[in-house]
Amino acid sequence: MLIPKNNANLMRTKILVRLASSYLENKFAEADRIPLELRPKDGEVSRCCVYKDRAVLKYRCMAGLGHCPDEETDELTTLKEYGQKALERRAAPKNKLSVIDIACSACIKSQYVITNVCRGCFAQPCRLNCPKEAISIVNGQAHIDPSKCVNCGKCYEVCPYHSVVKIPVPCEEACPVGAISKDEFGKEHIDAEKCISCGRCLASCPFGAVVERSQMIDVMREIKETDKKVVAMLAPAVAGQFSSSLEHLAGALKAFGFADVVEVAVGADITTQKEAAEFVERMEAGKPFMTTSCCPAYYRAAQIHIPEIRPFVSDTKTPMYYTAELLKQEHPDCVAVFIGPCLAKRAEAEYDPHVDYVLTFEELGAMLVAAGINVDDCPEVSFAQVSHAQGRQFPISGGVAGAVASLVGSKVDIRPEKIDGLTKDNIKLLKRYALKGGENNMLEVMCCEGGCVSGPGCIALSKKAARAVEAYAQSGDSLTVDKKAE
Amino acid sequence: MNKIKIRICVGTSCFVMGSAQIQSLEFNAPADIADHIEIVEERCMGLCREIAVKHNHGPFVFVDDELIESATYEKVVAKIREKLKKIS
Repeated sequence: MLIPKNNANLMRTKILVRLASSYLENKFAEADRIPLELRPKDGEVSRCCVYKDRAVLKYRCMAGLGHCPDEETDELTTLKEYGQKALERRAAPKNKLSVIDIACSACIKSQYVITNVCRGCFAQPCRLNCPKEAISIVNGQAHIDPSKCVNCGKCYEVCPYHSVVKIPVPCEEACPVGAISKDEFGKEHIDAEKCISCGRCLASCPFGAVVERSQMIDVMREIKETDKKVVAMLAPAVAGQFSSSLEHLAGALKAFGFADVVEVAVGADITTQKEAAEFVERMEAGKPFMTTSCCPAYYRAAQIHIPEIRPFVSDTKTPMYYTAELLKQEHPDCVAVFIGPCLAKRAEAEYDPHVDYVLTFEELGAMLVAAGINVDDCPEVSFAQVSHAQGRQFPISGGVAGAVASLVGSKVDIRPEKIDGLTKDNIKLLKRYALKGGENNMLEVMCCEGGCVSGPGCIALSKKAARAVEAYAQSGDSLTVDKKAE
Repeated sequence: MNKIKIRICVGTSCFVMGSAQIQSLEFNAPADIADHIEIVEERCMGLCREIAVKHNHGPFVFVDDELIESATYEKVVAKIREKLKKIS
């Protein structure tokens, strides 16, 4: 979902790097300079003036420190103070996406508009097909009466001149579950009850107004200020994220201060085995189909928005769960930090007794840059437990279903389908499957189109990352069909 | 005609600070330049360390032998077009 050539994303990375450096240098003593340095007086301006830019940057910095912008009680609270508050925290800040009020441009309500391209034709399909009789001809051109229009888009579909345009609200358009909407002033707000933390609004807002609480400072504090053993769990999507080998990256993490580094692909191997066995069991019990459960945004969407699908969602836990469970069995006192492409994992971690923190690749990147660590220069560190091809292919669309299918064996027939991207249309498709079934019996649902390699926390381009993941999967040994399951 | 060589630094600092996004030149470069460029990934060239100022001026990209600091997709494309104009 990372849109290439996007200023809002680049600015977020810059903010995280500055915050990480500010912590490492002097524990935020000079943090209030960050907005000034990023928007110097004589530099370029992206909103009305440099001062508004800085005000927005301050809120974005707050989020980088793990505070929600709407937690603000006193506007004079400095970033230094917010930084110190962050260091006093002893548990991960709760996952929450929110909108920076002053950064939200209050886009005009999503609507269809007939442009001057309209030729005022004789056929008038727009007027005749409008179910609400909202279209009339004014001065030789079609015109939509906004009070009658229900945004169905019929006129848009039928106009032979393409004269009807849709003016969208990007965040609302992106949110698959209707969790973001306008208040009376046109500003967007996120309903935490409905939000599935997928991060689509954050990636799609052209004004960079959507932020979420980062846990980066908390993890750095655990590493630098406690004696605890902080262990990094690298999500399978990591291949390709740092343009270097995973062994070098593991070395870089150790150079930063992580005590150990493990691969979540190992947990994904376990998920594959358990999910394959579960699939066989369910099919033998006569169930029509099963869906995957490893995408946390989909899992939450199924719980609160698609109740019909709940009985068909696999009960197998996620790769993060199994990896953290193994880790805590071995080192009960360690601090387990999941590092991945996903924002919804932060919400999942709140229910996972073994996971302490969740970072994105972008946050990890910011930490390495701030510490002056170049991944390639770090000595290679190999993983104690090696993952297999199946677990490694999880982060690309079709990968999970493919992995499961490879272990199902010949006992039952598996017909996988990938639901690539949890869009509004795909939610309808899932509902239809729940009610009427369908051709396929194994549905892999990925909230991000293309799979986790397109997640909002990624650094690399999804196309390049997908290639790296494929290459890494191919270099791994394959799990074989479990004889017990056969 | 020789292709213009685009060397994109993919050292950790440059990659995180935006060279990952400049790599989209590999996939959908504008039609006028797509056939005239060759893209190479360059390991950290140490340029970020030569610059004394904090928060180095990366990402670094070389368009042939010309260095672009704080490179962005737009800057790189503009430089390529400038070079192409000179050649033709």
